[in-house]
Amino acid sequence: MKFWRTPLDIDKLKVPRGELHIIKERCKGCGFCVEYCPKGVLELSDEFNSKGYHPPVVVKPDECVNCDLCEMLCPDYAIYCVRVEAEEKEVIN
Amino acid sequence: MTTKVTEKRMQEREEHPMERLLRMDRIPHIWCPTCGIGTTVTALAVALKQLQLDLNNVAIVSGIGCTGRVAGYTKLDSFHTTHGRAIPFALGLHIARPDLKVIVFSGDGDLVSIGGNHLIHTARRNVDITVICVNNFIYAMTGGQVAPTTPITARSATSPYGNYEHPFNIPLLAASSGAVYVARWTALHVRRLTVAIKEALTKRGFSFVEVIAPCSTLYARLNKLGSGLDLMKFYHDNSVIRHGADPKEVNIDYQSKIAVGKFVDIEKPTYLDCLNNAYKKKFGDKYKPYGGGNGDK
Repeated sequence: MKFWRTPLDIDKLKVPRGELHIIKERCKGCGFCVEYCPKGVLELSDEFNSKGYHPPVVVKPDECVNCDLCEMLCPDYAIYCVRVEAEEKEVIN
Repeated sequence: MTTKVTEKRMQEREEHPMERLLRMDRIPHIWCPTCGIGTTVTALAVALKQLQLDLNNVAIVSGIGCTGRVAGYTKLDSFHTTHGRAIPFALGLHIARPDLKVIVFSGDGDLVSIGGNHLIHTARRNVDITVICVNNFIYAMTGGQVAPTTPITARSATSPYGNYEHPFNIPLLAASSGAVYVARWTALHVRRLTVAIKEALTKRGFSFVEVIAPCSTLYARLNKLGSGLDLMKFYHDNSVIRHGADPKEVNIDYQSKIAVGKFVDIEKPTYLDCLNNAYKKKFGDKYKPYGGGNGDK
């Protein structure tokens, strides 16, 4: 992460990490999560779900900061974010 | 393999945080892709969760229309009422069970046109309920007819050459009728909308939250505005946060700037307060107060 000025309490701060879960069959491909993810974690995939929509796919899993914005914006309750600890995240990836 | 996939899906399903509030046998819902109603329901769910309310004491009432489906999808005590009569049902529920938190969740066509009289008179009496009005500028479920909120020159199924009727300014209608809390946000402002719903739920008296929501299938298509995502981008670029603005100045013209924010937040005795005070004055100690904050009967 880049800072324009190093925060004074950077040694105490811990950037939260999240893991995204996408329920592909419920997705209607509106693209809200892709458009408004502040970290650009998601992208619309080429694959189809059974309704013929393109569900999103996680392209930058390390960037997710568990802000929950995708979960709140999703009109179809098809994506959610789970907080993971940093070490755990490394194991997952 | 199918069972494995189904098992996996079931497992995935059980984890979504919204599922504690949704009737999962009815999901997926009927709302179109890029509809803003689902987002508004999430904001309500998060508000209820953050307030740590006992969900057994929350009731949700909806009328007819796209937004009217909300009562059917939420796993609370819910009423799906007749067209425009969501507020009278909520009023009856509130009078019979003053301990319940009653939320009216309905659309602009339902609350403002067909239920318009109910809205103004319940606001006038300052009944302690919360009204969330999802405004998509059109009668969406029946095919996109002109609604009382359709801006001038906007096209709809019944105004193919552009609407020529003056639309309602909903915050002004609610505020001038006597609502103690009036706010407006768009479906894009999820966090601020959640805060507004929380404030409205904790406010004593008639609190009103208007939510501007994109309608991609009818409003956007008939006006050639692109998809719901384009409408969300439009809200992003054209929303102006004006807390405490005079409700007279927050009307929405076709594709104009949208003033959002908390417009009214005042204190006023509620309907039950006034009722108790009046009878207490008349009958003295013989009169036992009804309802009130703690739900005594």
